[in-house]
Amino acid sequence: MSSHVSPIREPLIQGNKSYHDITVDLVSPTERPPSPAWIVGIIISITLFAFGLFCIGWTVWNGIGTWNLNRTIGWGWDITNFVWWIGIGHAGTLISAILLLFRQKWRTGVNRAAEAMTIFAVMCAALFPGIHVGRAWVVFYFFPYPNTRGPLWPNFNSPLLWDLFAISTYFTVSLLFWYAGLVPDFATVRDRAKGIRRKIYNILSFGWTGSAKHWQRWESLCLILAGIATPLVLSVHTIVSFDFATSVIPGWHTTIFPPYFVAGAIFSGFAMVLTLMIITRKLFNLQDYITIAHVESMNKVILVTGTIVGVAYLTELFIAWYSGYVYEQFAFFNRAAGPYWWSYFGMMFCNVISPQIFWKKKYRRSIAVTFFVSIVINIGMWFERFVIIATTLARDYLPSSWSYYSPTWVEMGIFAGTIGLFFTLYLLFARVAPVVAIAEVKSILKSSGNQYVGPDAHKHSHSKSAHESTPVINHDTAVTNDLSVASGIATGTAASATKSDAKVGSTTAIDDLTKIEGIGPKISEILQNGGINTFAQLAGTNPADIKNMLDAAGSRFQTHDPGTWPEQAALARDGKWDELNDLQDRLDGGKYV
Amino acid sequence: MADNKNIIYGLYNDEEDLLRAVKEANVDHLEIMDVYTPFPVHGLDPLLGLSESRLHIAGFVYGLIGFLTAFGGMTWIFTKDWPIIFGGKPHWAVPAFIPITFELTVLFASIGMVLTFYIINGLGPGVVNPTIDLRITDDKFCIAFDKAEVDSSKVESFLRKSGASEIHSKTI
Repeated sequence: MSSHVSPIREPLIQGNKSYHDITVDLVSPTERPPSPAWIVGIIISITLFAFGLFCIGWTVWNGIGTWNLNRTIGWGWDITNFVWWIGIGHAGTLISAILLLFRQKWRTGVNRAAEAMTIFAVMCAALFPGIHVGRAWVVFYFFPYPNTRGPLWPNFNSPLLWDLFAISTYFTVSLLFWYAGLVPDFATVRDRAKGIRRKIYNILSFGWTGSAKHWQRWESLCLILAGIATPLVLSVHTIVSFDFATSVIPGWHTTIFPPYFVAGAIFSGFAMVLTLMIITRKLFNLQDYITIAHVESMNKVILVTGTIVGVAYLTELFIAWYSGYVYEQFAFFNRAAGPYWWSYFGMMFCNVISPQIFWKKKYRRSIAVTFFVSIVINIGMWFERFVIIATTLARDYLPSSWSYYSPTWVEMGIFAGTIGLFFTLYLLFARVAPVVAIAEVKSILKSSGNQYVGPDAHKHSHSKSAHESTPVINHDTAVTNDLSVASGIATGTAASATKSDAKVGSTTAIDDLTKIEGIGPKISEILQNGGINTFAQLAGTNPADIKNMLDAAGSRFQTHDPGTWPEQAALARDGKWDELNDLQDRLDGGKYV
Repeated sequence: MADNKNIIYGLYNDEEDLLRAVKEANVDHLEIMDVYTPFPVHGLDPLLGLSESRLHIAGFVYGLIGFLTAFGGMTWIFTKDWPIIFGGKPHWAVPAFIPITFELTVLFASIGMVLTFYIINGLGPGVVNPTIDLRITDDKFCIAFDKAEVDSSKVESFLRKSGASEIHSKTI
C-alpha cells in the first residue's frame, strides 16, 4: 500500500508504533480521569469566561456607552478582537484543506486540534459583531428572512453583510468537515468503551462500521470538502478585509488588504496552533505524534507568512508615500510616529522581526523558542489589528474630533472572556475527543512511521513480528467454529515474516547491532563485514574507525555519525538495557541533540 | 435490521495481508459480503468492484442550487421585490453579488454533500449498526462473508490459506 517514500524523509510518527499503539495512545486521554493541570486550566478558563459573560451582560444592560467608543472611533477593541479571532480561525481549515490537497502528510498530526481551534476561534469572533451593534437582541435583523417589516431586506451590496455570510458559512463548513473526520475516531473510542460511555460514543459516532464503501465515500467527501473549503478560507479573510478596504478612510482604502489579511490570518493561525500544540503534546503525552518535524514544518509556514506580512507593511508605507496623497501619507506617518507608535513598533517587532529567527534550523526545531515566538506573534497580530483600527479612527479628517482611544474595563473583560471561552471549549474537546486524528495517523503509518522511514527504519521491526503470532482465541459469541485455527496462524506468521526484515540474531555469537540507535540492518551488515559482531567488539572500537568503515562502504553512509555507538554498545554489552533506553530517548537518530 | 445474518469473517493484522487475501478471494470466486478496516485502505475499491463514489456529482448539484438561490434571490429582491439604490449603484449590481453567491454555493454544496453522505451510508445520531468485531476500529482488517451466499467450509479454508490471524462465525 505504502507508496515510495524517500529514505531521508523525516518520520512523522515516532516510537515504533503499531496500529494498536496508536489507538491506545490517542484514545487513552479521553479514558483517564482528568489530570490536575487540566483541572486547573479549566477552572481558570471558566472563571475568565464567566467574567466575560458578566461584561457582556453589563454592555447589553447599560448600553454600548460602557465602551470608550465615540463619534469618530466607532470600532475599538471589539472589531480588533473580532479580526484577531477570525485570523486565528484560519489555520485549522488551512491545515486540513489546503495541506490535504497538497498531500502534506504532516497535517494528520495536527489537523484535528487545529480544526477544533478554528471552530472555537470563530465562535469567539462571531460574538463581537453580535454585541458591538448595541442592540444585541435584534441581531437577527442581519439575516435575510421574510419579515413583517416590508419585507425589508439587508443590503446585499455591503461588505458587512458579506462578512456575515462568509463567517457563518466558514463556521458551518469547518464544523461539518471537522465532524466528518471525527466520526470514525469516535467509533474507535466507542469500541473500547463500556456502559454509558459506549452509549454516548455510539451516538457521537453515528453508528460507524468501517465498511469499505463507507471509507470510499468518506475519502471522497473529505477531498471535495477540502477542495471547496480552500477558496472558502481565502474568501473569508478577504471579505473581512473588504470591511476596511471598501471604505474611503485613508489607511484602510487599499487594494493590498485582501492578500495581506489572508497572509496575516494564516500567520496568526499557525502561531496559535503552535501555542496550543506545544501545550497539548505535553499535557497528553503526544510527543510521538506531534513531533519536532511537525513543529518545524509549521515554523516554516510562520516564517513565510510572517515575511509576506512584513512585505505588505512596507508596501503600504511605500504606496502611501508614492501616491502623493497627503491624507494617506498622514495616516501612515501617524501610525508610526503618532500617539500609538508603541503599537506600531510592537506590530513590526513581533510580526516581522521575531519570526526571522526561524531561518536557523536549530530554533525552528526548538520547542522553547517556538513556544515563546508563537506567543509573541499572537500578541503582534493583535497589535496589527489595533494599529489598523484605532490609529486610523482616532485621527480622522477633522482635527477637532481627534482623541485618544483606550478601552474600558468592560471591553477588556469581554476580550478576556473570549480567551476563557476559547480555552474552556478546547480543554473540553481535548477530554472527550481524540486530539489527533486516529484513522488518518494510521493511514500514514507505513509511509511515515519511524520504523519504516528515517534513520532508525527497520530497527525494531523484527520484535513486532513476535506479536503477530499471538494465539488465536475464538472467543466471539453465537456460533463458534471449532476449526483448527493453528494452521491459519502458521500461514499468517509465514506471511508476516516475509514482510518484516528477518535479521541476524539467531546465532549466539552475533549480537543484534541494530539495537544501537543509528544502526540499521545495512550498517549492521557493514560492521559485521568489518569483523564487529558483538556489542563488546563495538564498544571497544574507536568511532573514527567506524566512520572509516562507513565511508569505505559508500557515500550514502557518510552522513551517519557513529559518535555514540560504542557508548551505547557498552551498555548493551553489560546488559544495562534500561540505561540504554534512557540514553536512546535522549538521542535523535543516534546523535546528541 | 429485518433478518439476522449468519456471517463468517476473518481478521488480518495488516492491510497488505488484507489486499492479498481479497485478491485470492476474487480468484476463488468467493463473494465477499463486506470488508471492514480501521482506516481507508487504498487499492481496495477496484478489488471489491466498488465503483467510484458519485458524491462529487451530488456536491456539484447542491452547489449549483446554492449558486442559483443566492444569485437569483438577490436579483429578485433588488430588482423586483424592493429596489433600493445603494451608493448610486445600479439595482442589479452583479459584482457586489459575487461574495454572497460564492459563500452560499460553498455552503449548500457542503451541507448537501455531508447530509447525503450520512444518509446513503445509513449513518446518523442514534443509529446502532451491528458490531462485527470491536477491534475493527482498532487494528484488525476484516473480510466478512454471508453464510447464505457462500459455502462456509470453502470460506474457512480460504481464510486459513490466505493468512487470516483469526476466524470467527457470528450472527448479526
